[in-house]
Amino acid sequence: MKTVRISDDAVALALGADALAAAFERAGASVERVSSWGMHWLEPLVEIDGIGYGNATPDNVEAILAGSAPNIGKIEKHPYIASQQRLTFARAGKTQPLDLDDYKATGGWAGLEKARAIGSEAVLEEVIASGLRGRGGAGFPTGIKWKTVAGTDAEQKYIVCNADEGDSATFADRMVMEGDPYMLIEGMAIAGLAVGASKGVVYLRSEYPHAIKKMHAAVQNCAHIIAPFTVDIRVGAGAYVCGEETSLLNSLEGRRGEVRAKPPLPAIKGLFGKPTVINNVLSLAAVPWILEHGGAAYAAYGIGRSKGTMPVQLAGNVKYGGLYEIAFGITLGELVNDIGGGTASGRPVRAVQVGGPLGAYIPVSQFGLPFDYEAFAAADALIGHAGITVFDDSVDMKGMARFALEFCAAESCGKCTPCRLGSARGMEVMDEVIAGRDVGKNIALISDLSETMKFGSLCALGGFTPYPVMSAIRHFREDFENDSAMEAAE
Amino acid sequence: MISQLEETIEAIIARHVAQEDVARGALLPILHDVQAEYGHVSEEAVRHIAAGLNLTRAEVHGVVSFYHDYRKEPPKLPVIKLCRAEACKARGVEALVEGAERAAKGKAAIETVYCLGLCAVGPAALVGDDVHARLDEPKLAALIGDTA
Repeated sequence: MKTVRISDDAVALALGADALAAAFERAGASVERVSSWGMHWLEPLVEIDGIGYGNATPDNVEAILAGSAPNIGKIEKHPYIASQQRLTFARAGKTQPLDLDDYKATGGWAGLEKARAIGSEAVLEEVIASGLRGRGGAGFPTGIKWKTVAGTDAEQKYIVCNADEGDSATFADRMVMEGDPYMLIEGMAIAGLAVGASKGVVYLRSEYPHAIKKMHAAVQNCAHIIAPFTVDIRVGAGAYVCGEETSLLNSLEGRRGEVRAKPPLPAIKGLFGKPTVINNVLSLAAVPWILEHGGAAYAAYGIGRSKGTMPVQLAGNVKYGGLYEIAFGITLGELVNDIGGGTASGRPVRAVQVGGPLGAYIPVSQFGLPFDYEAFAAADALIGHAGITVFDDSVDMKGMARFALEFCAAESCGKCTPCRLGSARGMEVMDEVIAGRDVGKNIALISDLSETMKFGSLCALGGFTPYPVMSAIRHFREDFENDSAMEAAE
Repeated sequence: MISQLEETIEAIIARHVAQEDVARGALLPILHDVQAEYGHVSEEAVRHIAAGLNLTRAEVHGVVSFYHDYRKEPPKLPVIKLCRAEACKARGVEALVEGAERAAKGKAAIETVYCLGLCAVGPAALVGDDVHARLDEPKLAALIGDTA
C-alpha cells in the first residue's frame, strides 16, 4: 500500500486537502497528514516516495497513484526548497505535527535537554551569542530581554508568546503552530528555564482556528516533557492592536486591549505586574536550534547586526508564494523576482509592501535593498515580521495609502490622540486628495500629520502607519496627481 | 430563583477562574465560552459575569465592546468573513466584494476580516472554523450558497 503525504496546514485545508485525503483513502492508499513544505502555490501538494504532485484534486488521484500525473520531481531537490537555509523550518513538510516520535527523531527536545544540562546562565550566554533579535518586528535582542527578566527578582515570572500574527502577508507563526508546535513549546520551556519562569502563555489570534486546535493538543501531549514548566493557550478576540506587547498583556489580564506607556518595561513589570518575557513565535521557535547547535553556529548566518535566518513570507500577487527561510542579506529583488518569480498575474511588479500593514511600500528601483534591519531602517522602511506583499502595475497607490489610514482608524485602541484622531483625520484628508481637491496642500497636511503620528503615538500602530502612507506618496507620487489635481496644485 | 443563563455562566466562570493567578484574567476566555454557548454576549450575561468576577458592569461592557469578535446580539444570518487586507487586495478581493454582497443579500452576512494567514493563496474567507482560499466569483458564490 502506498503512503501518501498531504499537509494539514490551513493553506492546504483551504484548498481542499481533506477531500483529497479522503479520495486517496478511498482509492486504497494510506494517508499521512504532515506539515506544509511552504510551497503554497502548489497546495494541495501530494507527496509519494519523496515525489511531489502539485495542485492535486480528487479527480487526479488515480493518475497520481499510477505515477502518470505530472510531478515536480523530488520535493527536497526542488530549487525553492534546496536553496533555502531552513533552521526554524527544518521539519516543514517532513513530520506529522502532533507526532511526538517524529519530533524526537528529528532532534526535538535536544535543545531543552542541553539547556537543563548547562543551566540558566549558560543558556542566556548562548542566546546572547546567537545575536537573535525579536522576530515580531522590533528587532530587540532576545538574549538581552531574557537577561533583564532573569535579573529581576520575583516569586512569579511569565513567558508570553505573542502569536497574534495579524499583519497581512505573514503566516510563518501560523505555520510553526500548525506544523511544528512542539518546537515553539520547547523554545518557551527553554526561556522559562533561562529566566526562572514556571508559566508560559501563548496569546493566539482567534482568526487561526486550526493553530488553536493544534496548540491545545500539543500542550497536552508534551506536558510531561516540559514539566514543571506549563503552557496555557489563550485566544484573542479580533483586535489587531493586541499584537502590541503591552496591549496583549492587558488583554491577558482581562482588560481592554489598550496600549500601556513604557516604562515600566514588561521585562520588569509585565503580566499582572510580574517580570515577563514577551517574544514572538519565531523568536521562541529559533531557540531550540540555537541551544542544540550553539549560539555561534546561529550567528554564523546573516550579515552585520542581523544574525541568523529569517522565515520570509512571499505573499500577495506573487507567482511562487509561500515560506522562504534564508539568512539575512539576500536582496529584496532576489526574493521577489528570482525566488517569487514576479507576479502571479504575469503583469510587471510595481510595488511591494514589506512588514505588514505598517510597513513601507517599496518601488522596484529599490530592489537592491538587502534584507537587514539597519539597511531597511536607513531606507525609511522596516522588515517587520518579514512578510512581503507583491502588487502588480494595476495597483492604485493612493487607494493603498488610504487603506493604511482606514486600517489604523479601525484598529486603533484609542488610548493616544495622534493615533486615534490622526488616522481618522488622515483618512478625510486623503479623500480630498483622491477627489483631486487641493492636492499639493492636502499632501503637505498629510505629511505634517504623519510626523505627529510617528513621533507622538504610544505604539507602533499609530507610530508606523505613516510608513505605508508616506512611502506611497514619496515613491508613487504620480498616482496622487491626476491631471486636474496637478493643475490645482500648481 | 436562579435562571438557566446565570447557572451556565456561573459554571463557565468557575471553570476558568480556577486556572488563573488573578481572577479577572479569565474574562476573555469566559466571554468566548459565553458567546460560543449563546451566539452573543447579552446585557444580562454581562451582569452575571461582572458579579461573578467582582467587576463593575461598565468594566465588563468596556471589554466586550473593545474586541471585534464579541457580539451584543446574535447574528441574524450565517457569517462569511472575507479577508480584505493588503495581500488579498493584491490578489483581487475588492473586485469580488460587490457581487458577493449582492449574492448574499438576505441569506448570509459578508463581514470583513483582516488577515487569515493565507496570504499567498488569497482571496480567502473564514466560515465558522473552515477556511477557503483562491476564491473567485464562482467559488465565492458557491460558498455563499453552501453557507446560507
